[in-house]
Amino acid sequence: MIKNILNLGDAALYCDFGKDVNRETNTQVIRYFKSIQKENIASINNLSPSYNKLIISFDLKKTNFKDLKKLIENLNISNEDDLENKTIEVPVCCDENFALDIVRLENKLNLKREKIYENFFSKEFFCYMTGFIAGMPFLGDLSENMRANRLETPRVRVPKGSVALTEQFANIYTFESPGGWNVIGNSPLRIFDSSKEESPNLINPGDIVLFKEISKNQYENFNE
Amino acid sequence: MSKNYFQVIRAGINTTFQDEGRKNLYHVGIPFSGAMDKRNYLLSNKLVGNKINSPVLEFAYQGPLLKYFGDKINIAITGDVNFRIKKKKITIDGNCYQSLNLEDGDEVDILSTNKSVYGYLAIGGQIDLKYQWSSCSTNTKAIIGANDGKKFENEQVINISKLNNHLVEKKLNYLNTKIENIRIIKGTNFDYFSDKGKKIFLEKEFIVSKLTDRMGMRLEGQKIENIIDTNIKSEGLIKGVIQVPADGNPIVMLSDHGTIGGYPKIGVVISADYDKLVQLSPGSKIKFKQVDLSSAENLFKLYDLETQNLISQIE
Repeated sequence: MIKNILNLGDAALYCDFGKDVNRETNTQVIRYFKSIQKENIASINNLSPSYNKLIISFDLKKTNFKDLKKLIENLNISNEDDLENKTIEVPVCCDENFALDIVRLENKLNLKREKIYENFFSKEFFCYMTGFIAGMPFLGDLSENMRANRLETPRVRVPKGSVALTEQFANIYTFESPGGWNVIGNSPLRIFDSSKEESPNLINPGDIVLFKEISKNQYENFNE
Repeated sequence: MSKNYFQVIRAGINTTFQDEGRKNLYHVGIPFSGAMDKRNYLLSNKLVGNKINSPVLEFAYQGPLLKYFGDKINIAITGDVNFRIKKKKITIDGNCYQSLNLEDGDEVDILSTNKSVYGYLAIGGQIDLKYQWSSCSTNTKAIIGANDGKKFENEQVINISKLNNHLVEKKLNYLNTKIENIRIIKGTNFDYFSDKGKKIFLEKEFIVSKLTDRMGMRLEGQKIENIIDTNIKSEGLIKGVIQVPADGNPIVMLSDHGTIGGYPKIGVVISADYDKLVQLSPGSKIKFKQVDLSSAENLFKLYDLETQNLISQIE
């Protein structure tokens, strides 16, 4: 449930679902997000679900904070488990040319790379949110012994397709972008496709992601 | 190539197609985009008799040099812009906020925006453009929108699929005013900062840095000290949000911003002041002034009324 609704500036509602980042809280966020989306409320411009927040930005010409807050508070949020979650397999090549930060991680985590990859590929990930850049999925949760901080100095260019870790999360860079996550491999799979206006993102909040290791040869001959 | 078109002789620094932008895609990771200075965008369309939300050319600092081929056409330029129209025999210094006629072979040379950032060129007719999610706004980061998601390049062509039936003669007496005071509402992490930091934020001057583009505006000034945590759990962003990363210098999110961020939010620029904010060029001084929510709402009504008045003056 929403714990608190504040205003973020004059044209957005900031809905707080509590401090913790876990699947239960995030499932609530996603449930609100999908329920509000279904209502097609004309005054709403955008919905931004994240781990434990939902930001609702609106058109100040059509409504205001007080009125929209009332509307959201009185909305019927379905409690049924009607979230249509998919399971997606994402191929990753861990060739040294792609695993830009594996040595850093070995040192930070005090684990051999074989162990890091074994942990990574045996894990089932949950998509908490998508964004920052178009289509980038934020996937959790890495086990405690796999959690490392961001790079001290972020890269100016992280290659497209990079699969990277930080703290309890993994992500996939859908475009070349600046970024500070620890890169451990690269996926040839197209995660964002702007030609599909209905569903441009392959991975959406609530989906389950499994990573599968592929060889350099399989990577180079990858065909969707 | 259509019968009526512009040849881009010089692309300019950051020339793109923009309209009102796209909605309901933050959750995908796609920001609003759209014309940065909305009022000047709307006025440019009105001045050539277009539908008010038609796509236009947005340029920054140095604009494009365009050569026109085809039947007589209307254009209008808004903002604070120095430009010239080169006709066969004469060159005329252009005036903003009025419709101008172009004939076959005429050139429009947009030299610079004057102590501001963005200007708009509206073309009387329909530009042949690709729409994505009901908008042709170019987002160069996600490579979406008109012009294959790229900014203008030399030698490209702008095809006009349909000219407006009537050439109009419209004019508006309007002067862009500059402001140094940008009004803000306290952000959701305002209390992450020390009393001294809050005071610096609300009372001291900041300088707009060179690292400013359609995504964000970086400011430099006295360091705003964080006493709680320099990171928050990543969450949504909206345009106008002011984040303060660990180095203590504020960054204001602009129309092409990343949709998720993990730095504390010290404030949010009010909607009424956004058009003025984006026009502050690198080196400009900026001072924030705190207002409450109901004042911000009233200021927006006033801003919107003024815009409507200006639009209705163009008839």
